[in-house]
Amino acid sequence: MNPKIECRNISKVFIQKGKQRVHVLEDISLEVMHNEFLVILGPGQSGKTTLLRIIAGLETPTSGQVLVDGKEVTGPGQDRGLVFQSYMLFFWRTVMGNVEIGLKLRGVDKKKRREIAQHYINLVGLQGFEKHYPHQLSGGMKQRVGIARAYANNPEIMLLDEPFGQLDAQTRMFMEKETERIWQTEKKTVIFVTNNIDEAIYLGDRIVTLKDKLPGRMDAIYDVPLPRPREHTDLEFVKLRQEITDRSELVL
Amino acid sequence: MAYEEVKVKEPIRFKLLSIMSLLAFFGIWEFIVDAGIVPRTMLAAPSQVVVLFIKKLTQANPDGATLGAHAWMSAKEAVTAYVLAIIVGVPLGLFMGWFKVVRGIFRPIFEMIRPIPPIAWIPLCIFWFGIGIWGKVYIIWIAGIVPFTINSWVGVNMTDPALIQMARTYGATDWQIFTKLCVPSALPMIFGALQISLAYCWTNLVGAELLAADKGLGFLIEMGRRLAMPEMVVLGMVCVGIGGALIGVVVDKLEKRLLAGIRR
Ligand SMILES: Nc1ncnc2c1ncn2[C@@H]1O[C@H](COP(=O)(O)OP(=O)(O)O)[C@@H](O)[C@H]1O
Ligand SMILES: [Mg+2]
Repeated sequence: MNPKIECRNISKVFIQKGKQRVHVLEDISLEVMHNEFLVILGPGQSGKTTLLRIIAGLETPTSGQVLVDGKEVTGPGQDRGLVFQSYMLFFWRTVMGNVEIGLKLRGVDKKKRREIAQHYINLVGLQGFEKHYPHQLSGGMKQRVGIARAYANNPEIMLLDEPFGQLDAQTRMFMEKETERIWQTEKKTVIFVTNNIDEAIYLGDRIVTLKDKLPGRMDAIYDVPLPRPREHTDLEFVKLRQEITDRSELVL
Repeated sequence: MAYEEVKVKEPIRFKLLSIMSLLAFFGIWEFIVDAGIVPRTMLAAPSQVVVLFIKKLTQANPDGATLGAHAWMSAKEAVTAYVLAIIVGVPLGLFMGWFKVVRGIFRPIFEMIRPIPPIAWIPLCIFWFGIGIWGKVYIIWIAGIVPFTINSWVGVNMTDPALIQMARTYGATDWQIFTKLCVPSALPMIFGALQISLAYCWTNLVGAELLAADKGLGFLIEMGRRLAMPEMVVLGMVCVGIGGALIGVVVDKLEKRLLAGIRR
């Protein structure tokens, strides 16, 4: 089977302040299969966000290319839904208003888009909060809105950039469970970026690790053959965790 | 909403202090006029102003209109110009913020006209409009449009670029990003202009009426000068002050209500 997403030798160099060259990504090549949950694990400042933005079409790679279904990515598209670390909700719109935005922009009629949006609000467990504004929600709830908004647009691919990075440990674990449940309910091809090793093992079918200095380079790829839902205390879980830590000396 | 409104009370003694300070102010003022320290041709005592106020409620003479008629005329001019300033200034600023072409066309003209004090237009306005309402509306409009244009423009420019990218991933067109994203996120800035512009309008109204009018609160002040009646001058000043404060309160209420839904 052909991969859903293919990154071919992606490198990215930024020019900062008009003169400074910053080499952020070097020679990233990876494939993501249809409906696979791929986690990219790397420390801060390793180019993770940049890589995700390139796949989303918000940046162009300096060299290399991204293919989705064999076609080169040239800009953002509705086949790829994005969820950002900093939520990025439209603060003047309610939960409903945020979730339905993609459908509204596409001109889906009100009754239909309300129906679809409601479905995803329910899916992420926010029923009863449809009329709330983002500032009235907790961090976890805001990110649920972000996920529902991306899902409601029915993309084939979900790109998540450290979506739970701002949450406390407990909420974070809960949201990881929820992410798995939602993904199991409506399968998508997922690229999930994180700096948290437990999150990576809990969620990923496969894990790609990045080296810990700029430019970001691929370090290793791990298969995670554990049955779902996974247990952090499971022996296999702990062993894999040890293996990744030993190899990458990730300070977490 | 989860937030509870709490009223913080000013301690009584500070209130007392304010009241006493006001009483002292008017007391001393009354005294220096009554005692002849300042001649009555230069300043009127508060009591004279009150007497004239009561008289002017019903009498049109000697300046030609009752106090109510003056106030009504001023309010009409100010509100007309203010509304026109919103209608023209806000879209102009919004478009200037988002469309480079519009900015390219209007920015030089705007920047050229902006530093000219609105009062400087008075002679031209008399040529164009005579001393009727429209000359003054024009001057007040010129004053009031500036904050609306600038704030709308800045508001659009301050739209979070990440949100714009976000919208692009949802397939939004330029026009959709403008109407659905830039305009809403500019709203708090635009509401901020409501108060600033009103203050500009009201001050320039008095200026316009001082020189070119036959009715209005500014005209009342000017008539006080011509008739050598300081009490009429002071009465006009007080009415302008009260009028400005009253409209300020209304706009403040309006602004709070408009902003309630979109606070972060
Ligand atoms: N638009 C940009 N312009 C210039 N430099 C950038 C830009 N985006 C990212 N960078 C640089 O790339 C580096 C890596 O950023 P990022 O991809 O956000 O890493 P991570 O998500 O792993 O923390 C940063 O140090 C930053 O200086
Ligand atoms: Mg990042």
